[in-house]
Amino acid sequence: MIIAERKPINEILSMVADAEKILVLGCRGCVTVCSAGGEREVEILASLLRLGMQKQGKKVEVLEGTLVRQCDREYIETIDHWKGKYDAIVSMACGVGVNFIANLRPSDRVYPGVNTSFFGGSAEQGVWSEQCAGCGNCVLHLTGGLCPVARCAKNLMNGPCGGSVNGRCEIHKDVECIWQSIHDRLGRIGTPEAMNVIAPIRDWSSAGHGGPRKTLRDDLTV
Amino acid sequence: MSFTPDIQAFCCHYTSQQTIAEGREGLKQDGMPDNITINRLVCTGKLQVSTLLKAFEEGADGVYVVGCPADKCHNIKGSQRAAKRVGAIKKALAELDIEPERIEMFHLERGFHPEFIESALLMNKRITELGPCPLKGEKK
Repeated sequence: MIIAERKPINEILSMVADAEKILVLGCRGCVTVCSAGGEREVEILASLLRLGMQKQGKKVEVLEGTLVRQCDREYIETIDHWKGKYDAIVSMACGVGVNFIANLRPSDRVYPGVNTSFFGGSAEQGVWSEQCAGCGNCVLHLTGGLCPVARCAKNLMNGPCGGSVNGRCEIHKDVECIWQSIHDRLGRIGTPEAMNVIAPIRDWSSAGHGGPRKTLRDDLTV
Repeated sequence: MSFTPDIQAFCCHYTSQQTIAEGREGLKQDGMPDNITINRLVCTGKLQVSTLLKAFEEGADGVYVVGCPADKCHNIKGSQRAAKRVGAIKKALAELDIEPERIEMFHLERGFHPEFIESALLMNKRITELGPCPLKGEKK
């Protein structure tokens, strides 16, 4: 899922400093799963905004809402329900949600309530780790299912660097060297020879280096 | 100017047994300050961050939670969860430049014990010294 984390409250307060009616808008998608922007977090942020504004002696009305997803046009349309009742929206969705509202509501002021970080998984309760970089050219079939693009600090494609020590990354000692893990795993699944294949220089054009990417599925368009 | 703080205490069913057995008057005789409102819960693990923040929104000058000792919670990790949530609020209060000591977590044995009253007196003294919560927009 997409991992995000609430922005510091003072940063959000300064964004909405001159707003008198704020809609705090959560998303029931990824940010609910990573406990960053679901219904519960909306409630907490709304409370903190009221307290923060109150402390500054400002009057503020905070509305709370949560959409099924903020990355679909259909769901964004449902914010019409609050039309005229807010003069700023704090979106607690990932950055996609903020962009979608900005696209579809050209005159609305919309601010991010979270910092969006990476594609990750839940390593343990309350801990998420990056697993995929969304590079658009998946190599997991060559690497035993473990991604060197996302999980190697140097994005290396041909084995570990010289800094790997006892299976640990030289950049972050608490992180496993993903190439060591790939090596061990290829052995376990019976394809150790895959380590001998030299990956050519990578074409990064699919990784967003050529501007915003777009996916078109003809079978789904109407 | 004399100041009597509004303090909201959130206690689990087990650690607040004293309140049930003794009642308001009995507790008062033990030294429980009048200005502390006890909110009983099935387990402090049920407490949401938003419930505690709401207490401040509704005018509390101080808030505290009393749950079981960390390793003796009837619901295994209830009081540990509560402590984490209190910690999160301390952090948020500090961000808002409000004294984080306005909220506290206590882990106490269940049943009758002087520590239950002591924690109330400690919070009462602490919050009285801190003065009215600035979130009320009042002058200290």
